[in-house]
Amino acid sequence: MARRLPLLLVAGLVGLAAVVLLPLLSHSLVTLLSLVLAKGIVVLGIIVLLQAGQVSFGHAMFFAAGAYAVAFYGRYVGTGDILLYLVFGAVSGGVLGLVVGLFVVRYREIFFGMLNLAFSMVLWSLLEKMFHYTNGADGIRVARPTIAGMSFTPEGFSYVLLYLSFAIALAALFAVQRYLDSPLGHMLRAIKSNETRLEYLGVSARRVLLAGYVISAVLGGIGGSLVAAIQQIATPEFAYWTKSGEFVFIAILGGAGHALGAFAGAAVFEFVRFYASAQLADAWQMILGGVLIAIILLAPAGLIGFIGRRDRAARSG
Amino acid sequence: MTADIVLSARGLVIRFGGVIAADGVDLDVVDGEHLAIIGPNGAGKTTFLNIATGYLKPQAGRVTFLGEDITAHSPRAITRLGIARAFQIPQLFLDHTVIESLLIAAASRAGRFATMRDLHDLPERQEMMRLLALVRADDVAHQRAIVLPEGKRKLIDIAMALALRPKLVLMDEPTSGVASAEKFAIMDVLVAALDAQGVTSVFVEHDMEVVERYADRVAVWSSGKIQTVGPPAQVLKDPAVIGQVIGI
Repeated sequence: MARRLPLLLVAGLVGLAAVVLLPLLSHSLVTLLSLVLAKGIVVLGIIVLLQAGQVSFGHAMFFAAGAYAVAFYGRYVGTGDILLYLVFGAVSGGVLGLVVGLFVVRYREIFFGMLNLAFSMVLWSLLEKMFHYTNGADGIRVARPTIAGMSFTPEGFSYVLLYLSFAIALAALFAVQRYLDSPLGHMLRAIKSNETRLEYLGVSARRVLLAGYVISAVLGGIGGSLVAAIQQIATPEFAYWTKSGEFVFIAILGGAGHALGAFAGAAVFEFVRFYASAQLADAWQMILGGVLIAIILLAPAGLIGFIGRRDRAARSG
Repeated sequence: MTADIVLSARGLVIRFGGVIAADGVDLDVVDGEHLAIIGPNGAGKTTFLNIATGYLKPQAGRVTFLGEDITAHSPRAITRLGIARAFQIPQLFLDHTVIESLLIAAASRAGRFATMRDLHDLPERQEMMRLLALVRADDVAHQRAIVLPEGKRKLIDIAMALALRPKLVLMDEPTSGVASAEKFAIMDVLVAALDAQGVTSVFVEHDMEVVERYADRVAVWSSGKIQTVGPPAQVLKDPAVIGQVIGI
């Protein structure tokens, strides 16, 4: 929709300003902002599933799949290029998403959520136990990849990676918005409001959900491969259920009404965690919990809810 | 003779525990007609719609549509063959606008699952706007379904069925839940829309005035059987029918 464009444009400019200006204040913000963008991409996938009214408590499995695709490549083939890593991340997330999706799209709500959790914990324990291949709980170190064939100093790398993350986040945002506005995206939302009617229109709700599931898994894989490159490590914790919970937490914090909620939520989450853990060491979870309670009570549609409401009013008005 | 039969049920049997909803039901729906099914509450009229759309499987008997056996088909497969359904309680996409709901139906019909086009830019949009005008609901095209009154919801529900360009529409009490003053208005719009698109229809109905005015034929469903079928003028004057169904 043409009316939607200004909102995305404004968000893009704000993001660009943040990405360019904030690192000038402090170099430590470079990594933080990269993480915000990478996690935002994963949370975008959670928001896609929330359109169908489904919450996955196992989405970290795709995040881990993307991260380990990168780690295994580095370990068994050699240091590659970040662009290659991103493709591996997307493909491994997508393939795992298709396999797991074929099972989980038959279920809804709590069963969907818990089955996802179960699959993710299977992956977690495989990563933990197959020590010979995965180094177990220590994880696999990821050597700094080249970027489009060029090698960088650690500092230069972190900047280029930030800009690359920003470009991918924008592309993902745009692609997800296009998808949600397409017939298939509208059918995904229709699963939430009336699945019976959808079937009586000749549409397979399972296939519609499977398409959304694979898309969200691809986003998880891309985000995972980015985080592996940013943090230069992949550990089984990437697949653990608390990681999945974190993604759902960020989605609710940011608001599922608009794709931008993923990045708004990820920004608040990572910044609160960064500063709260610096000030209060072990109490940062408490502060994050307080923030979430405040959001749920005061702005149930999340940080982006206000914009989402205005946007919808503009569309129907 | 059989050439113009659209839907045909033979020997349908279905029981729910001790309740026999159908016990050897035979019924034919003729091309182009509007067939009303009447009968006491709980007689099994809605069950017939559920069987014909694949929602329930009969314990015996078969249903054919244009000569094809559809008894074991899923609702989705039956929809794709050309039987659409409207519901007693309108089944809408409450979070979508009316035109979006119709466009979802149109996208399904046209197989537009893989396109990245905006739903609003589909080539079927004009056709869907015309369909909304046909059911006199174009004034609410851009409103969300959740804010609409029941009468409009009924029409949108039927418009979603018609958006599939079906051969046959099965409707469950199209005028229930609507103020009696509105009933004829809704049925006028509805039957005109069906005729404009050349759609055959079966509707379950309790209101005898509606049946008399709009049905070409009436089937009386009682005690698990079709007791009688015929034109409304004849059937509604049958003393047995008056006693059993209309209940005077």
